[in-house]
Formats: sequence, C-alpha cells, structure tokens
Amino acid sequence: MKYSIFSLARAALSGHKNWQPTWRDATPKDRYDVVIIGGGGHGLATAWFLASEYGIRNVAVLEKGWIGSGNAGRNTTIIRSNYGLPGNTGFYELSMKLWERMEQDLNYNSMVSQRGVINLYHSDAQRDAYARRGNTMRINGIDAELLDLAAVKKMIPFLNYDNARFPVQGGLLQRRGGTARHDAVVWGYAHAASGLGVDIIQNCEVTGFIRDANGKVTGVETSRGRIGAGKVGMAVAGSSSRVAAMAGLRLPIESHVLQAFVSEAIKPLIPGVMTFGAGHFYVSQSDKGGLVFGGDIDGYNSYAQRGNMPVMEDVCEGGMALMPMIGRVRLLRQWGGIMDMSMDGSPIIDKTPVDGLYLNAGWCYGGFKATPGSGFVFAHLLARDTPHEEAARFRLDRFRAGAMIDEKGQGAQPNLH
Amino acid sequence: MRIVCPFCGERELGEFTYLGDAKPVRPTAGASEDEVFDYVYLRDNIAGVMSENWYHGGGCRAWLKVTRNTLTHEISAVEPAAGAGAAKVGA
Ligand SMILES: Cc1cc2nc3c(=O)[nH]c(=O)nc-3n(C[C@H](O)[C@H](O)[C@H](O)COP(=O)(O)OP(=O)(O)OC[C@H]3O[C@@H](n4cnc5c(N)ncnc54)[C@H](O)[C@@H]3O)c2cc1C
Ligand SMILES: [Zn+2]
Repeated sequence: MKYSIFSLARAALSGHKNWQPTWRDATPKDRYDVVIIGGGGHGLATAWFLASEYGIRNVAVLEKGWIGSGNAGRNTTIIRSNYGLPGNTGFYELSMKLWERMEQDLNYNSMVSQRGVINLYHSDAQRDAYARRGNTMRINGIDAELLDLAAVKKMIPFLNYDNARFPVQGGLLQRRGGTARHDAVVWGYAHAASGLGVDIIQNCEVTGFIRDANGKVTGVETSRGRIGAGKVGMAVAGSSSRVAAMAGLRLPIESHVLQAFVSEAIKPLIPGVMTFGAGHFYVSQSDKGGLVFGGDIDGYNSYAQRGNMPVMEDVCEGGMALMPMIGRVRLLRQWGGIMDMSMDGSPIIDKTPVDGLYLNAGWCYGGFKATPGSGFVFAHLLARDTPHEEAARFRLDRFRAGAMIDEKGQGAQPNLH
Repeated sequence: MRIVCPFCGERELGEFTYLGDAKPVRPTAGASEDEVFDYVYLRDNIAGVMSENWYHGGGCRAWLKVTRNTLTHEISAVEPAAGAGAAKVGA
C-alpha cells in the first residue's frame, strides 16, 4: 500500500481498523538471484537497493527471528557523518545523504530527525583533534562547526560547567546529525523492498552453505529447507563469525556486547545528541521524553545479549559528570546487543575468498548510521562484482595489507575501539 | 559476572582487565607472514566455552586463564596463567 495524507485520514476515519500489513511474509522459493542472510537494517537496505538501483528483484532476505529483532531494534538511534579518516569520511556522508531522502524513497516515515550532534571537548589537545576532524569534514563537503565555550553554554546551558577535572571547553557540532526511529527504518525498507518483489522470509535460519564441486556457494541450507542462490550476501551483524565459520572462514572480528539505557520520561531537555568527550557517554532524548544513552562496550567477548554492572556504573557516572541534575531521574530499561568488533573498529564490505559469498560485517558503534549507505554499497558489490568507490577501503585483506582504518588508533585490540 | 581469583578469592568484574582469547600463541621469530597475520588478526570468536586471558589489576596483579561460556557468561575455571606477562601466556 502507498501511504499519504489521504490514506492516513481514511484509516483514522475508519477507527484504524483497516491497516494492511506493510510487507508480504513470503514463503521461500527454490532459487533466487541473490539471497541475503540477515533481516536487519543492512540486509533489508541491501535488498531494497538491489531492486531499486540495480534492477535485481529476484531477491530473498532470510531472517532467523523477526525483522528488527537484532541490533536494528536495539541501538540508540544516532546518525551522523563526523568521521575523520579516508574511507570512513566519504562513506558515512553517503549514508547521511541517503538518510536525508529515505522517507521519500521508501514512502515510509522513519522519523529522521536532524536535531544536531555535538561532541564536547575538555582539553586543548582534544580541541585541536576536533578542529582537525571538523576541517577534514568541511574539506569533504560535510557540515561541521567548532563551538567555543560561550557558544556551547548558549546552546546547552544546563551542563556542569564547574567540573574542575573535565571542564567543558567547547564542542564540535554537526547540525545535520541526529536520530531516526530505528524500528521504522527496518519496517520502511521491508515495506519498500517487498513492494518491488523482494521476498522477506522470517523465522528462517541459515544453517549451512551449499557448494558445488569447485567450492562455489550455490545456495544455503535453512531451517525452512534448501534455497538456491546465484550469490549469497551475509549481513548478520554480531553473528558474522558464526555464519562465516559455516563456509570455513575465520574473520578479523570479535563479538562484543554494547548496552543501551532509557530513563523515565521527562520534559524536553536535551536539544540534540550530546557526547561527553572526557569519558564515553552519549545521550539524546526520545520523542516520548526518555533519555536514551550509552557508553563503552563491556570489553570482553560475548554472545549473551545482556550486559554487566561495571559498564552501567561507568555510563551513569559519565552522565552525572555532565548533568548532575539527572541523578534523580530513574533508569527505566537497559539491554544489550551483540556487535561485531573488527580489529581496527571499521567495517568490512567485500567478496570473501569463497566464490559466490559476499560479506558485510564488522559494524560496531557506527552500524545504525551506516544502514542506508551500507545497503547501497553492498548492493553495488553484489550487482557489479566491484566495490562501490565509497567502500573501496573496507576490504577484508586490509589487515594483511597494512591498510587499517583505525579511527581511534588502538591497534588490533577490538575491546579498545 | 564475578571472577574467583585463585589468589584473592571472588571479586567483582571491575577489578579485572580483559586481554582476549588465550588460544593464539605468539609466533616465533622465524614465523611466516601468514602465521603472524593469523596470530594478530584472526579469531575463532567462539560462541560457547572459551579460554581467555584476564589481568587482575585491581587485586594481586596476576594474569589469569579464565574458562568462560560466551553465551551465558558462566565461568567454569580460573587458573593462574603460565609465565609473568601477556606475551608469555601459553608460550
Ligand atoms: C546498544 C546498542 C546501541 C547502538 N547505538 C548505535 C547508534 O546510536 N548509532 C549507530 O550508528 N549504531 C549504533 N549501534 C550499532 C548498530 O545498531 C549495529 O551496528 C547495526 O544495527 C547492525 O546492522 P543490522 O541492523 O543489519 O543488524 P541486525 O539488526 O542485528 O541484523 C542482523 C540480523 O541477522 C540475523 N541472523 C543472524 N544469524 C542468522 C542466520 N544464521 N540466519 C538468518 N538470520 C541470521 C539476526 O537475527 C539479525 O536480525 C548500536 C548497537 C547496540 C547494540
Ligand atoms: Zn587476584
């Protein structure tokens, strides 16, 4: 169905009883040109761009649970393109441009809200680093403004400006950054892709790969039977190592848990997204009024999809350092999601050494904001067999070649990125 | 998650620092490029029982070998790690 002001009015007048399902819940066919494993944001966006940009419509997205049950529905919804390293800078801006036209492209309200993202700095060295990053962004045509203390005070008057240890000195602001409604992003892609003929198949777990005599992947084994495929693309977020292992591959990836927190609803307080540069704390306020915040990963390999206390404490301390007045706000909910942490903290979008198998993996903190861009460049790779120019550095062999994209400069230590 | 240090007893997680999978063994000086690449970058990333290195920095400052289930966080064994530092662990 097509959404418009009239469809909304019609539904309202009939008591909201006639809404149609937004995508077809398909049953698997014997064979597809492209099979995508993983019905998260990345898998669905890939399918949508395969159909809409590259004209490949005989496509299936296989999801072991339900659409949006993974990190697509677990993240803190922040979108931005304030990255400094070649490879990342252009890619995240491509993604940001796709966010800006997503609702029109998909005919779905994904509530993209460009309310601004500000990274606070607390020392001269950090100011210089942010100035440099801001300059890199502007050279690449991305908006960035370096704010001094007076400008930050005007914008966010309620911060603790008396913190002697970590004084707020200013911030790097990207006004085009912000948030989007994460569930609506997956629903929107599912809606639009399904409309172009893509089969979205839920409760369908991939359990193995079918390979021909030369080792080429020609399909997948699933909990709903064998499905043939011209090409298979993996977009399984925190499960990349597990799925790759079925094809005999070892990846430069560890799985780590990242927690998110939501407070009880309060009146509008936080204007956009804020990050505390002296620790690791980021916060925004949802349209319902809850403060949505997070910080570091828990720091050790985990597939448990739940977090532990030390990080909760650390995150809450970060929040209190910045805004002591939130100390009386109650924490309502907390959860964890499993993310890929690659050895340099950056993603991998590439062909694998196994013929017919393509990889979209290594998404850490940046994976939600990457959703449209990742889908676009992965669809390009699947359709054309060459990397999109904005993803040409996200190679699987960059670790061997010494071409790391290490934004944080931590080296091959995933829990430190 | 709490870790029972063989020297200090049961302590909260915040006292410990994680190094990672205990399985990769530092290659010798004459190792091939492939072996070094494998050691530095590739991981089994096990979903299940895994042997890993932890450092008890908030306590006895010993390196420990912890056997832990990454699906449940359940710890089944904690032993002192071989050698004094990370580089020597498992060597
Ligand atoms: C707490 C938290 C906060 C975050 N905050 C942000 C943020 O503010 N901004 C940001 O940019 N990023 C953020 N991220 C990161 C971001 O959410 C992820 O990197 C991104 O969502 C991953 O892509 P995805 O949406 O496709 O993953 P997912 O939604 O996890 O999709 C992968 C899917 O693959 C399916 N799957 C796995 N194995 C199989 C199989 N064998 N067969 C079939 N299906 C399978 C899974 O069920 C899952 O649905 C956050 C992550 C977490 C956990
Ligand atoms: Zn100890």
